[in-house]
Amino acid sequence: MYNYWLAVFLMMAGFYVVIAQGNLVKKIIGLGMFQTSVFILYISMGKVEGGSAPIVTEGVEAYSNPVPHVLMLTAIVVGVATTAVGLSLVVRINEAYGSVEEDDIQELDNELDTIQESGL
Amino acid sequence: MSFSDHFPILVVLIPLLVAPLASLFTKGRTAWALALAATWSSFLVSCFLLKDVLANGTVRYYLGGWEPPWGIEYRVDVLGGFVLLIVTAIAALVLTFGRRSIKSEIPERRKSIFYAAFLLCFTGLAGMTITGDAFNVFVFLEISSLSSYALISMGRDRRALNAAFQYLIMGSIGATFILIGIGFLYMMTGTLNMDDLAERLPAVSDTNTIRAGFAFLTVGFGLKLALFPLHLWLPNAYAYAPSAVSAFLAATATKVAIYSLLRFLLGIFGAGFALGAMPLDMILIALGLAAILSASLVAVFQKNVKRMLAYSSVAQIGYIALGIGLASQIGLSAAVLHLFNHAMMKGALFMALGAIAFRIGSSRIEDFAGLGKRMPFTMAAIAIAGLSLIGIPGTAGFVSKWFLVLGTLEQGLWPLAALILFGSFLALIYVGRILESAYFGTPKEGVEVREAPIEMLIPIWILVIANIYFGLHTDFSYGLAERAVMDLLPTAQTTVEVAQ
Repeated sequence: MYNYWLAVFLMMAGFYVVIAQGNLVKKIIGLGMFQTSVFILYISMGKVEGGSAPIVTEGVEAYSNPVPHVLMLTAIVVGVATTAVGLSLVVRINEAYGSVEEDDIQELDNELDTIQESGL
Repeated sequence: MSFSDHFPILVVLIPLLVAPLASLFTKGRTAWALALAATWSSFLVSCFLLKDVLANGTVRYYLGGWEPPWGIEYRVDVLGGFVLLIVTAIAALVLTFGRRSIKSEIPERRKSIFYAAFLLCFTGLAGMTITGDAFNVFVFLEISSLSSYALISMGRDRRALNAAFQYLIMGSIGATFILIGIGFLYMMTGTLNMDDLAERLPAVSDTNTIRAGFAFLTVGFGLKLALFPLHLWLPNAYAYAPSAVSAFLAATATKVAIYSLLRFLLGIFGAGFALGAMPLDMILIALGLAAILSASLVAVFQKNVKRMLAYSSVAQIGYIALGIGLASQIGLSAAVLHLFNHAMMKGALFMALGAIAFRIGSSRIEDFAGLGKRMPFTMAAIAIAGLSLIGIPGTAGFVSKWFLVLGTLEQGLWPLAALILFGSFLALIYVGRILESAYFGTPKEGVEVREAPIEMLIPIWILVIANIYFGLHTDFSYGLAERAVMDLLPTAQTTVEVAQ
């Protein structure tokens, strides 16, 4: 059972980082943790008590369920892709704004708005 | 097996294979031609599919010949075929419209990548519509989401980057929630096939695991379809994305998310559980109303027309949520119909804004002054699609709102009907602001503005005429919506009674 608690802990920790951190890179790290926790959840549910690895062997009766493992292979690929897209967006944001802090970016955007307002 | 038996896979396979091919060409024009051919052929295939479904019932396709529940099944029923038709038609029209608009907004070296991402996004949306496998929904959802983050980030304004990043964070959380929900369902039933799930769920539906899975799925899809108050990513994403992307995403992405939610709520959990045993019907009505009122009100005060229409999208999603929440035959039909109509009007409106941005390089409301004379055809399109958005009789928007009001009155919820009409009144104000500026504002001196090119006007006007046509002839659209809902509620009468 403890692995379910671990999954919940990781999920909440990751979620907290996504919400609380203003640094965009740290947000991506939090998102990564959040997604990883789901892998543990799936892999735990595939385990059959006393079951061996799902490879047909003589003398083994019970096997763990391999389907969740396969699903998680896909989810890992998705997670890696999300992280890659997220980080490349952060790089572009850093080029455009010169900062990866949410507050700074917000401030720069607000300045731009006031300039546009007064210009018209 | 004859060739036509492979149609379900073709809709997804064509854009998926053409996408990497398009990215190989350095010339944007070749990539555009490829993407155009791919979307139009997908559209043709989906027309045949819908015709087949209407004549012979649900079409099933087993990937690689593996029968469910072992293999992945593609399944097209009336609702699926209907949504697929919307998605493919909008994609084809937007690409037809988009060549010059995209050329003016995207740098040449990024253009072929842009078309590849567009096709991948289209693949994901079509796949979500067509698949009959719960985990497959998640995979296609991520294909479409990841490519739409990339598409949004290509907007000219640097704020597009930040909007794309916000969407990435919210979208990934939503998708992960959906993944967790699917995991809980799998845990209790040991299957991922949707039909199989629907069969096995009732036996275990009275457990906390299923309830938790239900909550995760609802919130996850709520994020993707921008249900109030989970809509915060949407206004910026639509406002700063390239015009063609705004048109495509506004007309399809949220619609497909709503479709998937319907699939899970009614197709898998069943109306009795989703809208009866769980209090989701009340929640959807409340959130729908909040969305209609607050988002319409915010839209009234927007200075950027694209942003105004983005808020209006949140409000329109509110109408759809309200229709689902009514949990009656007529309410659900109205929701499905509004899904179709909203795709037509927002597609036309955002494309027209793209045409204006192409000519004047802005979508601020002051810059629209005098456009009624200078771009008469584009502005007339905005006017008619805007009237449809308000729900003036004779346009498509009127029909779905009419049935929605009928649905509320059927249950004696007349305050709801009054609030729906009030929402239309707010729409009248914000659409009125655009038209006032365009037709009565004084244009800036010394700026020469010409009418949009014909290749942009044709796709816009196809959708505008569709808006009028389906406002006058409701047999096809409402008939389809009604049949689709009948399919989802096989025991319509009994489940609805339970749901109320």
